[in-house]
Amino acid sequence: MDEKVNLKIDNLSVSVDTGTTILEAARKINIRIPTLCHHEDLCVAGNCRVCVVEESGMGRLQPACAIPVSEGMEIHTNSMKVRNARKQIIELLISEHRAECTTCYKNGKCELQALSNEYIVGESGFLPLVPLKGYTIDEFSPSIIKDDSKCIRCQRCVRTCDQLQSVGALTVAHKGGEMKISTFFDKPIYEVVCTNCGQCVNRCPTGALTEKTYINEVWNAIDNPEKFVVVQTAPAVRIALGEALDMEPGEIVTGKMVAALRRMGFNAVLDTDWSADLTIIEEGNELLQRLKRVLKDKEPGVKIPMTTSCSPGWIKFIEHTFPDFLEHLSTAKSPQQMFGALAKTFYAGKIGVEPSNMVSVSVMPCTAKKFEANRPEMRASGYQDVDFVVTTRELAMMIKQAGIDFRSLPDDDYDTIMGESTGASVIFGATGGVMEAALRTVYEVVTGREIPFDGLNIMPVRGMENVREASLKIENPLPEWDFLDGVEVKTCVAHGLSNAKKVMEQVKNGEADYHFIEIMACPGGCLGGGGQPLPTSPEIRKKRAEAIYREDAGKKIRKSHENPEIIQVYEEFLVEPLGHKSHELLHTTYTPRNRY
Amino acid sequence: MKKGLKRLDLIFKNEHDCDVILKKSLNRSNEELVEDLISSGLKGRGGAGFPTGLKWKLTAEAPGDEKYVICNADEGEPGTFKDREILSSVPHKVLTGMAICGRIVGAQRGFIYLRGEYKFLIPELQKAINDFHELTDKMKLPFRVEIFTGAGAYICGEESALFESMEGHRGEPRNKPPYPTDAGYRNRPTVINNVETLAHTYSILKYGPEKFRDLGVKDSRGSKVFSVSGDTPIPGIYELEFGMTLQKFVDDFGDGDAKAVQVGGAAGFCVPRKKFDKTVIGYQGKLTGISLPTGGSMMIFNSSRSMYNVLHNYLDFFVEESCGQCTPCRVGTQQLLLGIEAVKRGDKSSQYLEKLLELAETMRVTAKCGLGQSVANSFSSIVENFREEMIY
Amino acid sequence: MPHTGEYIKKLAERHGRRLESLLPILENVYEDHHIIPEDAMVEIARELDVSAAKVYGTATFYSFLETSKGGKYVIRVCKTITCMMHGKNQIIKELEELLKINLGETTPDGLFTLKETNCLGQCHRGPAMLINDTPYTELTPSKVRDIINEYRLIAQKSAS
Repeated sequence: MDEKVNLKIDNLSVSVDTGTTILEAARKINIRIPTLCHHEDLCVAGNCRVCVVEESGMGRLQPACAIPVSEGMEIHTNSMKVRNARKQIIELLISEHRAECTTCYKNGKCELQALSNEYIVGESGFLPLVPLKGYTIDEFSPSIIKDDSKCIRCQRCVRTCDQLQSVGALTVAHKGGEMKISTFFDKPIYEVVCTNCGQCVNRCPTGALTEKTYINEVWNAIDNPEKFVVVQTAPAVRIALGEALDMEPGEIVTGKMVAALRRMGFNAVLDTDWSADLTIIEEGNELLQRLKRVLKDKEPGVKIPMTTSCSPGWIKFIEHTFPDFLEHLSTAKSPQQMFGALAKTFYAGKIGVEPSNMVSVSVMPCTAKKFEANRPEMRASGYQDVDFVVTTRELAMMIKQAGIDFRSLPDDDYDTIMGESTGASVIFGATGGVMEAALRTVYEVVTGREIPFDGLNIMPVRGMENVREASLKIENPLPEWDFLDGVEVKTCVAHGLSNAKKVMEQVKNGEADYHFIEIMACPGGCLGGGGQPLPTSPEIRKKRAEAIYREDAGKKIRKSHENPEIIQVYEEFLVEPLGHKSHELLHTTYTPRNRY
Repeated sequence: MKKGLKRLDLIFKNEHDCDVILKKSLNRSNEELVEDLISSGLKGRGGAGFPTGLKWKLTAEAPGDEKYVICNADEGEPGTFKDREILSSVPHKVLTGMAICGRIVGAQRGFIYLRGEYKFLIPELQKAINDFHELTDKMKLPFRVEIFTGAGAYICGEESALFESMEGHRGEPRNKPPYPTDAGYRNRPTVINNVETLAHTYSILKYGPEKFRDLGVKDSRGSKVFSVSGDTPIPGIYELEFGMTLQKFVDDFGDGDAKAVQVGGAAGFCVPRKKFDKTVIGYQGKLTGISLPTGGSMMIFNSSRSMYNVLHNYLDFFVEESCGQCTPCRVGTQQLLLGIEAVKRGDKSSQYLEKLLELAETMRVTAKCGLGQSVANSFSSIVENFREEMIY
Repeated sequence: MPHTGEYIKKLAERHGRRLESLLPILENVYEDHHIIPEDAMVEIARELDVSAAKVYGTATFYSFLETSKGGKYVIRVCKTITCMMHGKNQIIKELEELLKINLGETTPDGLFTLKETNCLGQCHRGPAMLINDTPYTELTPSKVRDIINEYRLIAQKSAS
């Protein structure tokens, strides 16, 4: 397949591999062809027809995204015929779209708006179709809002839900003028198998799929003098927030973000990274206990492999898709929820605030976290542990609303306690990060020695490959763990729910001999979460991952169990990992849900 | 009946010599058979007019461990009903064509995709298939035909949508390439032919390519089955030679007051009276006054008919039957319909028709499949020729 | 639909459990019940191991696979051009009066549903309609009355 194809695009010669599309060939020589239904993460659809180009000798225009190049082809991307057609197609899309841009959540970030900005200037278009359709907006989900009146039927969301995530909550229903993006029987998203992962939101070119926003609720809490408002920030927010504030992908803005939050008026700016370290302690110990019960005590009914439980999209996915396998999940709550439970107990006591007067806000790269915070089991403190979840995108909006010049902010530090973190918790934001953090701690607990990887960097679990396996042989463990001597601990890392499904099918069929599996619902892990800045692409996610590992490498402490504030919370409050208090506050249960 | 166009009797001729035709054909090489088809000049009778011999040749040459022969009986084009008649009166001819095709391309399975509206044909058709299987079993020809029924979707007559439908999906046309000859049903090389096309192969195999070739005109060889409806005293199914002028056709079939003929169904062209004598029915050319392609639908409208109503009916049909996946077709059809309504009501000036004509042209060059592309045919030909009827 | 699970399981055994069986299964359900209800779609999804949304998306594409309950006899009158030219509207009017329902409705006794449909391929014998799978052509109001009476008689007989 290393044969080259030669063609001309707009009279420029280009030579590309066989199988390259016209669109890819044009991009190679920096000719921009507009697209809407095309997305780098998804299969080709060729639906929107915005990318049509003219091929010499052909009467009909060709969709550049779907047509492979051929030898001697002559393509024109900017002929009169192309411009007229493209303009009319954009006009058609606008006619079926509720173009109320000024009040739209996606104003300024809408791809249709951007195209109309280029092509439609001061002309009256076609007749508006939206008033004829009787649309309703689905706002029942705590995570995602679906507004069909803004949908342009590009089917990116359906391809995301079906192929990228193997969830199948969204489909195309009906045909012709009635055709629409729908759930099963057009039920509210809240009632179907949606995992709230928000990957559809990340790929929707318009405002048809957005996260449910809690910006106003958060401002109201901040403005209420009665309330003590604490905020926690997830690991993956700090390496992506800058993108939504005119900075380049891969810039680390931890210090500026903390400064901004403080200026916005939060009473305490704390870190989910701290509770990520706590998660490692609880989950790592749970893993060791399970291994002991299986390998040493030969207890029947104890399930391995154990899988991670910090990704709420993954949790809802397994509840729907593999309801008989919930015992494989670690019972440890996610860092967000561990934080929430401790904020209104331990932290409230420490600073002398009534938990009923505390409002707990989290900033997450994730839309599923909004659902997670609303789960009935997440009230360990006696109150809703996390009151409001805002996404990275929402935080960026709030920073703009507050009039803060983000780029010029001086770096600031998190408050204490529950603000200190380690490199291990930072990497929670990338696929493989939880695994790496856990291994750093678990290995040391078992052997008393540091994990034998150069600079603590466990490279085999890093990267963007769909499913990655790594094993680690335990030698000369401490006496308590002698049953692990010579055991090859097998691990697996998967990101994106279609990959999660593949791994779980193996588990289901008894083909997986892993001990520990890390699963993140989103491609790339949390750094590619459904609440992250737009756009998303493999390239952008790679840059975010690099930033995460840079942040890790720059941290003084790289292992969760060495976090002094973690040691402190056990000394002062929790007593011991998996202890009584931990069970009460830091562990949870799961609910089998309908498969269909 | 008036003297006029030559009526032919190839397709519906009552002949039951499948065994002879099969035996005779199976004794010849695939190359010879394909050569006969190619030299006969037979082109697809569904409307698109792709040379049948070439289609079989390409499929035979395409690599693939499994291949299929599909008979497209999703006859949904308004004004077309000849495939129904062929399937009910001479199904054995169609089956013979499929079996020979199977031998040539290397397919052992054939399917008849029958539109849901024709379910009532199934008992008789299945019986014909069973009889045919007895015959092929006797001849040790490993070829089996199954019926697959549609469920009310015009677009499934588009070949790639038909494959999607058979595979359990929504009937949404695929991007092309790849073409069915390389990747059709189940992404394997597939011959998909219209019912009538397959029936013609029977005649060609029986009487030889010359006899077929002698009929018709250059580039439009053979006979064609026409579905005649509308304002005619003698609606029905007629086998005629290609190459007639529309004037001759109207002289024979019209009621003496024909003001327009819609050639090729809702997806076809509307020809006004003044162009009858310049319009020839055949494959080559577009609406150039030279010749018009058709799947055989001929709808005659007399002067009592409102061409606005005719166009409105077509557009209403397209709005419902578009699969909805591509922008030009999904939204374009709705805009054309709303647009002519607005002009007729006087909500939009007649100038808006120009914008709609432009839109139709955009649909023709940008829509994903034949449905969206051909909406422009009827739209433009009706609006341009009967503009005064469109205006408030 | 009682015992939906078992019913669909049987259909899956008859038609196969590949995605390719989806349309035949859906058609079978519709033929049997004149509706494809929600619980049947869920069971089909389970049998074919696809999402329920996928089943719904496919079903709603096809005009004849309806998700709301139709009568024992579903009447589909062709509304396409030549049938319209030859008096389709009169036929609809006659049917509406006969059945005392509007287009799109089902008679209270659950016997008839009245619908329009696109081209039935009977253009030379319009106006035409289907009652379930059977075509009726060259309709006139009086012919329609006879046909409906015939169906009513059949229904009465099968009831007693």
